[in-house]
Amino acid sequence: MHWPIDIIVLTLVIFCAIAALSVRDLLGTAILFGAYSFLMCLLWTIMGAVDVAFTEASVGAGVSTVFFVAAIFRTSRRTKD
Amino acid sequence: MRFLAFIIVSLTGALLLYGTGEFPDWGDPKSPASLHVSDYYIEKTFEDTGVPNFVTAVVTDYRGFDTMFETAVIFTAGLGCFLLLRDFRGKKERFYRHTPTGVILHVKDDKKTLTVGNEFEYMDKEWVPPDLINKTVCRILIPFIQIYALYVVAHGDYSPGGGFQGGVIFGSSLILLAISYNLKTLVKRVKEKLLGIFAAVGVLIYAGIAAICMPMGGAFLDYGKLAPLVPGDPHHIRALGMLGVEIGVGIAVMAVMVIIYINIVSEGKHDEGL
Repeated sequence: MHWPIDIIVLTLVIFCAIAALSVRDLLGTAILFGAYSFLMCLLWTIMGAVDVAFTEASVGAGVSTVFFVAAIFRTSRRTKD
Repeated sequence: MRFLAFIIVSLTGALLLYGTGEFPDWGDPKSPASLHVSDYYIEKTFEDTGVPNFVTAVVTDYRGFDTMFETAVIFTAGLGCFLLLRDFRGKKERFYRHTPTGVILHVKDDKKTLTVGNEFEYMDKEWVPPDLINKTVCRILIPFIQIYALYVVAHGDYSPGGGFQGGVIFGSSLILLAISYNLKTLVKRVKEKLLGIFAAVGVLIYAGIAAICMPMGGAFLDYGKLAPLVPGDPHHIRALGMLGVEIGVGIAVMAVMVIIYINIVSEGKHDEGL
């Protein structure tokens, strides 16, 4: 019974992607992007690509979120457009 | 303009969705990707290399060149971050705190510096006292994260993971130290020069192991020819070669992650930041 989990996670991925684009607070965007990466990691795991999932979890959800937060810390938190 | 952009995006999206209809199904055994090479890797990897996890074998042995230049790309990313952001000019003004009394001094002349020790300590402009709970929890967690990272590197032949993931996890444990205490704690413990040397040494280990194979009579990256150099069972030599290469990748990635973080968060000044 893979399908229901698959579809639920995929829906959440799309929600996260749209939210990350539309939220004006950049810190929130960074965190939503981290959530997006983590859900992608779940998707890779469901499809059996465990190595890719591991990379996605450590790089996408872990370190790159921290880099985004660090960059926001040194620039501004609100977006203009 | 907005309307036009919307139409273009919708058209492109529709074309892409239409194109996905031609894709083979997920896990289809008749898809082109699994017709030619996949069978070979699945059946012969353990015979050829003695490594159970064939993702690692494909990444570091069959396609070793790819991973080597990937490591070089990571190294270049760290180098680029360093060259773009590093600022050697130093800070004009500094804040110090007199520890016994709690008085804060604002030194505007950059020639005058106070000795930091028992009496005075640095203060950042956006300094927030580290929370006791955060500090304690991170202090307990960091060694475990580092051990786990080493495990991920060392166990890459048998389970998911490898040099890249292990290096990222190790680097993020150091970044956690900077976040939970402050940036100076990290910079004091992990010197910038050391990080630069580590990043270069990691790439050098990979290229070095690959290059040693050539005087031993093999091709570049042909780990099987290293057997006379290493005592023990010659069947494990390819696994050992891969382990060495993974360690190189791990060291390089760890150093580059920390270099990028420190340079971004302190605007290249390496003294205060998140």
